[in-house]
Amino acid sequence: MTGPARNRFWQRLIALTRKETRQLIRDPGSIAIGVLLPIVLILLFGYGLSLDVKNAPMAVVLEDASPAAAQAVAGLQLTPYISPVPLASMREAEALMRDRKVDGIVRLPGDFSRRLAAGDATIQVIVHGADAAKANIILRYATGALTQDALRRADLAGGAALGGGIGQVSIEQRLWFNSANTSTWYLVPGLIALIMTLVGAFLTALVMAREWERGTLEALFVTPARPVEILLAKIIPYFIVGMAGLLLCLAAARFLFAVPMHGSLAAVVVSAMFYLLVAVGMGLVISSVTRNQFLASQLALILSFLPSLMLSGFLFDLRNVPTPINVIGHAVPATYFIELLRTLFLAGNVWSLVVRDCLILLVYAAVLLGIARVVTRKRLD
Amino acid sequence: MKHFPAPGLPSPPAPLPQAGEGNIPALAGRGLHKRFRVKGAAQPTQALNDVTLAVPAASLSALVGPDGAGKTTLLRLAAGLMRADAGALHVLGIDVAQNPQAVQDRISYMPQRFGLYEDLSVQENLDLYADLHGVGRDERRERYARLMAMTDLGRFGTRLAGKLSGGMKQKLGLACTLVRSPDLLLLDEPTAGVDPLSRRELWSILRQLVDEARLSVIVSTAYLDEAERCAQVFVLHGGRLIAQGAPDAIRQQASGLCFVAAPPPGTAPRALQARLLDAPATIIDAAPQGGEVRFIRRPDADNAAVDALLDGVSAMPVPARLEDGFMVLLRGREAQAEVKLSAETNATTPSPQPLSREGRGASTPFLYGRLSQRTNAPLPPRGGGAGGEGEVALGEGHSHPNAPASPTPEIVIEVKDLVRKFGDFTAVASASFDVRRGEIFGLLGPNGAGKTTTFRMLCGLLPASSGFLQVAGVNLRTARAHARSKIGYVAQKFALYGNLSVGENLQFFGGAYGLRGSRLRERMQTVLAQFDLAGHEQATSGLLPGGFKQRLAMATGLLHEPEILFLDEPTSGIDPLARREFWRRITALAASGVTVIVTTHFMEEAEYCDRIVIQDAGRLLAIGTPEQVRAQAGGAADGRLSMEEAFIGIVMQGRASSRTAGQGAHA
Repeated sequence: MTGPARNRFWQRLIALTRKETRQLIRDPGSIAIGVLLPIVLILLFGYGLSLDVKNAPMAVVLEDASPAAAQAVAGLQLTPYISPVPLASMREAEALMRDRKVDGIVRLPGDFSRRLAAGDATIQVIVHGADAAKANIILRYATGALTQDALRRADLAGGAALGGGIGQVSIEQRLWFNSANTSTWYLVPGLIALIMTLVGAFLTALVMAREWERGTLEALFVTPARPVEILLAKIIPYFIVGMAGLLLCLAAARFLFAVPMHGSLAAVVVSAMFYLLVAVGMGLVISSVTRNQFLASQLALILSFLPSLMLSGFLFDLRNVPTPINVIGHAVPATYFIELLRTLFLAGNVWSLVVRDCLILLVYAAVLLGIARVVTRKRLD
Repeated sequence: MKHFPAPGLPSPPAPLPQAGEGNIPALAGRGLHKRFRVKGAAQPTQALNDVTLAVPAASLSALVGPDGAGKTTLLRLAAGLMRADAGALHVLGIDVAQNPQAVQDRISYMPQRFGLYEDLSVQENLDLYADLHGVGRDERRERYARLMAMTDLGRFGTRLAGKLSGGMKQKLGLACTLVRSPDLLLLDEPTAGVDPLSRRELWSILRQLVDEARLSVIVSTAYLDEAERCAQVFVLHGGRLIAQGAPDAIRQQASGLCFVAAPPPGTAPRALQARLLDAPATIIDAAPQGGEVRFIRRPDADNAAVDALLDGVSAMPVPARLEDGFMVLLRGREAQAEVKLSAETNATTPSPQPLSREGRGASTPFLYGRLSQRTNAPLPPRGGGAGGEGEVALGEGHSHPNAPASPTPEIVIEVKDLVRKFGDFTAVASASFDVRRGEIFGLLGPNGAGKTTTFRMLCGLLPASSGFLQVAGVNLRTARAHARSKIGYVAQKFALYGNLSVGENLQFFGGAYGLRGSRLRERMQTVLAQFDLAGHEQATSGLLPGGFKQRLAMATGLLHEPEILFLDEPTSGIDPLARREFWRRITALAASGVTVIVTTHFMEEAEYCDRIVIQDAGRLLAIGTPEQVRAQAGGAADGRLSMEEAFIGIVMQGRASSRTAGQGAHA
């Protein structure tokens, strides 16, 4: 490229970028999707969507009024995960359970203290099984809380009075990488990927289609503007909005949800840039092919946003899904980005994984932007 | 450029572009073909069929033809936005298929919808195109000053382009193409949907550009009077170039064949016009004009036949216009197409007439004859004017509402102080008028004048803010549903179900109007015959050619025998032949007692109306017969104003008086 030609390239690119930026700022819909929606998603996913169980109501039916029985369930009062609801009869408890007013029932039968003395006391724990994952968690917490007392008693008795599996060894559970086991920590990195998909793919899917629909592209094509310049001008403003979304999410992660950052912030930002290019490329391809805003927005939703939500390991671990879904999931670029972010946030700089996933994202970006360039011809037929 | 092909013959090949300096034609195409595949249609559309043309540089050339003639396709080929299936096209000596970018670097192009960014301001739009074309700072300053002086856009620099009126948008679109001097300027229908005032301004700008800057300009247009101002005219019809040359050469085709005849006193010109049109063996074309009838006779018709048709009315020869030449050429083509078609059907398939362009062309010359024979049978004789053989229209013409002798028909639409506001914007300010039974009543006005709003209030689609409105004896403000059963409405766009057949559409809308059983069948048969749709009941509505669609829409609107028929811009985008046919039907309808309310932006169509209303900026500026309106516009006793001139005059007067009134209020 000769000097004057290069100057003209920059002049045209700047003019087109300025135009796109103005249009973006003046379109309330784009602002809503680019700025408002990320904020709503952060608050929604951060506070509303939680996989944790806290203060789950549980009916406690003491058919034996002895102090030993009361002491046996005292552990339930102490755990933050369960809030016990003392009831007089099993009938009442079952009614509450049926109405889903309580998530489970702890029942101490009338002969509890007698059998405790005999050494074969039982406590019945019933959990509402409609939500299997939640039921499991509640069962575990309840058992844990009840075991406290049994262990103490066993300690006092100086032997395996209660028999069964509980010995004197205290079991200490430990989770790696999300040591508090807060699902917010697990969700926020995925949320970043989701928001960047939304801004990148959804917004750019509308821009080319909008110009096709309004007939403005026809006028733009018959100018010295080259297709590359038109595409670059469309990418730049949306790239900036996407990065702003990233900053918003990072700030929310740090200050709102106190997610720890074990890895390098620079690596997070660089990989996010790569992923944003992937998302923008996907949006531009959808937009150029459909030439219709309605169709483009539907396609962007189905092809980019939903897979990023459902198939990327954001909600469901890909190792636990059937093989075909697993394969599809690994074709979704968001899968690699989410893996990258979770690693960087919660585990630290695992460079082999970071480099591999960054390369995968770069390949996706190159392929998608290449396709966008090929399908953006200055032709109407 | 004086060569001029005989009607129907292929144009002689244009000279190849030559490399010599200054000798290169702006555009040179040879044997251009282009087909499109339309979704759902079995046959691809032939947009361009063997088009060969050469457009000289440094002059103003027009590409003329109705919608679907291939104008836009040809311009898009020239702009490098499409590639021809066959043939070669050189623009400024460059093969545009080989090197579109080289052409795009040198030309400017304004697409049909002006190509403006509506969310950018006037200045931002201009700056964008100046930057894209690499216009320098100093050059830009000087250029902008001239563009602003030319287009009067200076006042609106910071206004968003989307907030400009249609005429201003068009001027901004033009200004964007002129931020530098292009070697060729292509404008695709710049005057479509723009009011006559703005159209006139645009043409004076173009004239100036070509005269002063020696610019090469190619403009496509559906208006033949616009093409008359160009140095060359290229007439496209159905994808073929049927004529090219100076307007004079095309005019020549009709020279000595054009006459003006005044109808007998007390009759509407359209009655005489209908009679003339119904004799296609003698008359090529007839149209009302300035209270008289202008007609073109066939060169081979004998004088006795013409005299018999005129029935004692004297006819004065008048100079031919471009449109006359165009009609002569078109009729010639049709006669040929008809011969070809009948030969084909005899030889190969004795199938029912295909719904192709050729088929339509072949049927048209006989259409008026068929219609006139039928008018007394299928049309309900409600107006009491069931006359003799084919005489309905003429018989009613004598009891024309404006004729002082006859008893005045009853009032069917009464409007008093009608107001419609949208927020603090007054779309219609205190309109009052009434319409009598059997009248053809026209609503005219520039875009945004309030005619659509008025129209919608009249047919009960939009409630009025205040005022009195009675339609067919029913107060629309209190009993809208009841009034609706008495009116028929034909929307501007095709508002029927495209994927239903003709018969299914009629059945559905008949049912919606409460017709069923034998009554519905009987009405369907009647309207099918009335609108020449019999035999096409099975055809898919969406795939019908434009003229057929419009006839189906009219047939649907008349299924329930409404007293009043509302037509919104019925003739926009259809060719002159189809427009004549349309007005012939309207004339017959009015004769049978149906009141017709019509909006149009073709000013000459006001001549078909008994009375018209001219609106501008929500105000009613003029009401009366076309004659009265012309007089109000200040037409000199002799110098007959065309309807368009009268319209422009009245709107200008109206704007001037509102401006002085405004100043008075400020003082």
